This record gives sequence, structure tokens and C-alpha cells, in this order.
Amino acid sequence: MSPDGAVGEVARGGLPRGRPASPAAARFPRLRAGASYLQVAPLAVILALFLVIPILTIVVVSFWRFDEYRIIPDVVLDNYSYLLTSAVTLGLYLNTLKYAALAWVLTLGIGFAVAYFLAFHVRSTTWQMTLFVLCTIPFWTSNIIRMISWIPFLGRHGLLNQALLSLGLVDRPLEFLLFSDFAIVLAFVHLYTLFMVVPIFNSMMRIDRALIEAAVDAGATARQVVWHVVLPLCKPGIAIGSIFVVTLVMGDFITVRLMGGGQRASVGLAMSNEISLLQYPAAAADAVALLAVVLLMVAAMMRIVDVRKEL
Amino acid sequence: MRRERRSLGFWLLAAFFGLFVLFLYGPISTIVILSFQGPDGGLTFPMNGVSTHWFANLFERQAVGDFGGSFTRSIELGLLVMAITLVVSVSAGLAFRRRFRGATFLFYLTVASLIVPSILIGLGIGLIFSIAGWQPAWYSSALGAHLTWTLPFGLLIMFAVFNRFDRAYEEAARDLGAGAWQTFRFVVLPLIAPSLVGVALFGFTLSYDEFARTLMTAGSFNTLPLEIYGMTTNVTTPVLYALGTLTTGFSFAIILICLATALILQRRRARHGSDAGKGV
Repeated sequence: MSPDGAVGEVARGGLPRGRPASPAAARFPRLRAGASYLQVAPLAVILALFLVIPILTIVVVSFWRFDEYRIIPDVVLDNYSYLLTSAVTLGLYLNTLKYAALAWVLTLGIGFAVAYFLAFHVRSTTWQMTLFVLCTIPFWTSNIIRMISWIPFLGRHGLLNQALLSLGLVDRPLEFLLFSDFAIVLAFVHLYTLFMVVPIFNSMMRIDRALIEAAVDAGATARQVVWHVVLPLCKPGIAIGSIFVVTLVMGDFITVRLMGGGQRASVGLAMSNEISLLQYPAAAADAVALLAVVLLMVAAMMRIVDVRKEL
Repeated sequence: MRRERRSLGFWLLAAFFGLFVLFLYGPISTIVILSFQGPDGGLTFPMNGVSTHWFANLFERQAVGDFGGSFTRSIELGLLVMAITLVVSVSAGLAFRRRFRGATFLFYLTVASLIVPSILIGLGIGLIFSIAGWQPAWYSSALGAHLTWTLPFGLLIMFAVFNRFDRAYEEAARDLGAGAWQTFRFVVLPLIAPSLVGVALFGFTLSYDEFARTLMTAGSFNTLPLEIYGMTTNVTTPVLYALGTLTTGFSFAIILICLATALILQRRRARHGSDAGKGV
């Protein structure tokens, strides 16, 4: 249904095929162009008001000063010089990148296997769609509740510890299960694997089955087919999924706070702490730096796989 | 059906898939069970009796802040976001079928809206309101913040829909003398209706569950996810699970209604003999 279509659209390079104008358009060219502008106007206005202007505001405010009581319009580099010289910054970024890398590897591995099973092993279309929807439903439920739902499982007296204790594998409850890097990465994988499954599944469904038969006829083993045929053809899907997962993890603050129990930090969490202390200019400088890093990472991923070439 | 021996790979992957589904649904199932804890029960197993005590507890105002108010607000906001997302995405989707100056730029801007970290949207909108001295509220600042998250999904779905849309139907309608509006209302709209249900589902649920963009933009009255988040820091009883069970149940109901509606619309369309959009 829709989600796979939507992401598939990006996979193929995004823009719908522009077609030559219809006869009606030929008769009223200016009218048709005018209609286009009217039709996109609401989208353009909303994005301008709530995306472009807010980001520009962040950039401007990142040069302001602040004290305990207020923020003061100015043009100073204090926020950036603090950000760039603070020893904390590097640690925050390294920690956040660690989460992103772990979440990426795990979601990619799991997502690829799940998508591969759905696309190549489930033969009836009805079953394929049913299982696919089964995988996507959690996407439409609350992330916070999905995180909370790990408490009874991972907690000090949770199911996992109870099981380990009764099996005699440990002699006292493991403390690192909840409120740790482990819990944070687990939650990321739990929340975001979907973003890998959907685009990769979509890429796989587009693969011409004749290619696989040809590979098998030419003597390829199942593993070789996956490695040399399926994987390269899934690159656009993998790229889309990776962009989703990496940007979501890089900007996250809520998962790190809830699953880290205040013991762990990330760039987003540091920023949200500054916001709650009303240190807006400092948070704005952080935001600009984070945006730059995220955009660089996205650009790198787009470079590895030329998404536009897939049109 | 072909009868073919399944390979070992199939069974291994099937088992892996089963574990994945368990991983997706297992945790939420445990909190559903635990929300029926007895009055003396705690946040983890074992169950200390079975009761609906914690659900009743939810509706006692002093126990958990303003559950009713935040729930109503979240639904209202979700419906508002859904309606705007539908209209704006369909309209923009129609426009993108033709070439116009700035189309590529606007497309990338929409994608950017998807990948810019949520916290930046919240911070930016919050800053504007704070500098201008406006009071943020769920129906203004939070509405805008939510739209930056739902509109890209809506628009991408519309792209997928219109890429598979056979224009011959429109041309036929026009040749038969239908005006632009009539063509849209009686030909295009019925054909794309099942996909619009998808757009509506994204619009509502993504808004209903949105947290990161709402935190700085909701103003003095919380939406439900903010209320739940507040509870995680100060509520240590299964009432938290009762709330989780209720709202997740609500989400599931919405999802099922949408899926069923899309299916019914698709069947009806198929009965009427059209094959447009079958690829969707």
C-alpha cells in the first residue's frame, strides 16, 4: 500500500515524470502554469513558515548572546567558539555517532533479511501484503509507548532478569539492561527497523525475477545471488532507509533520555537541556552544527548511491 | 499453487521473520497484560491479581494530570493535521504532474522537511514565537510543526499515486465535455480515493503520536504524548501501562478502520471495472 509506494517514489529519484502539456494546456499555457502555482502555494507557504523561516531564525539566534534572564540580539561568535572548543562537544558527537553506527548496522541487517524473506520467499501476494502491513503497523503507534513497553522486559525485576536468574545464568539481576547504551540502541532498532524494511522491500519488488533465474542458470549459489544480484539492485532502497535511520538517530533526544535514564548523552539531548534552561542561542549554535553534520552525512549517502539516476 | 520443497534458507528466514514480529509486538503485549495488574501490582511481573483498577485510576483527575484534556486535544489536532495534509498533498500532487519553475527546489525542500532533525523544527518555531511574544499553542505552533512532518509523507504518497495514474481517463472525461473541476471530482478523485485513505492515516497518526516537534511548540496545554512523557518521570504505577494500552488500542482501531476503508474502496473501484492505480 501507500508507504512502500511513497518511499519507492524517492527511490526512483523523486520527481514524477514531467510530461508534455496536454492539448488543453497547449490552448491555455499561461492558465495551466498559473494553476500549478496555485496548487502548490499551500505547500510552499507552510514549508516557508514552519521549516525555512524557523531554520533561518535558528541561524540568526545562534549569533545572539544570552544571560540568565534573557536572550540579547547581537552578532557574536561566542556560542560557536564555546561549542568548538568545549571538550564535551567531541564526546557528544562521538557518542551520538556510535549510536547512529550501531543502529544503522543492526537495522540494515535485520531490515534486509526481513525484506528479503517477504520479497523472495513469500509467494502469495495476499500473504506478502498481510505480513508487510504487520511489519508497518507499529510505525503508526506511539514511539514513547513503544519505549515504555521495554520496562517490564528489561527492568531490574523484568522478565529477562527473572528468566536469567531462574536459569541460574546470573546470580544477581543485570543492571545494564535498562538505562544503558544497550537499551538505547535496542530501542532505536525497535523503532526504526521499519524505515529500512519498507524501502528495501520496495527495491526488491522491482527486481526483475528473470535476472535471478539467469544468475541461477549461470551457476550462482543462493548466497552469490544475494550478494551479486539482489544487494546491488537494492542500493537505492538501502540508501533511503539509511538516510531515515541515520537522521532520526542523529537528531534524537527522547530515546536517549528515556532509555538512558539520564545516564547517557547525545547531541540532541544536550540541545534539549539547553532549551529547557532557556539558553536558546547556545542551543541554536548546537542546532546549526548538528544540521550541518546531518546534511553532510545525507550528502555522503546520496553520493554513494545516485538516487536521481534511478529515475 | 506450485508445490515445491521449501529450502532450508526459507525456514531459517521464516524463523527470523517470526522473531522480528515477536520483537515488534512482544513488548507492547506485555504492557497490555500488565495494565490489568491488581491494585497492589507493580510495573513488572508477576501479576498481583487481575483488575481494571488502573484504568479507573486514569480517569481520576488528580492521579495522572489532565488525561482527558490532552487526549481530546491530540485528537482534535490529529484531525486538523489530517485534513490539511490531505488537501495540501493532493493539491500539490496535482501541480507536480506538470512542469513549473521551482518544482525541483520545492521537492527537495519537502524532502528536507523529512530529514531535518525534529528538535530543530521545534526549536525554530519556538524561537519565532518567543521573539515575537506570541503564545505557542497546539492549534498554531504545534499544528505547523506537525505539518512539516506529515506533508512530506502525504506528498510522496501522491507522487507514487500519480506516477501510476493513467491520464487517458482524464482525457476521456475532458473529451466528453467535463470541466476541470468535474474531471477531478468525478474521475480523478474516485480513482485515487483508496490512496487518500493512506494519506489520511499518515496525517492523523503521525500527528497523534508526535513528540519531538511538539515539545517546544505545544504551549501551556499538553498533547497526549507530552502528557505520557511527563508521566514517565513521576508515575511509578501501572496506570502508565493503562494509558499506553488505551492509546495504543485507539491507534490500532484507527489503523484497522483505515486499512478496511482502503480495501473496501479498492474493491468497489475494481468492481466498477477500472484498472487505474493497480500498481499502488
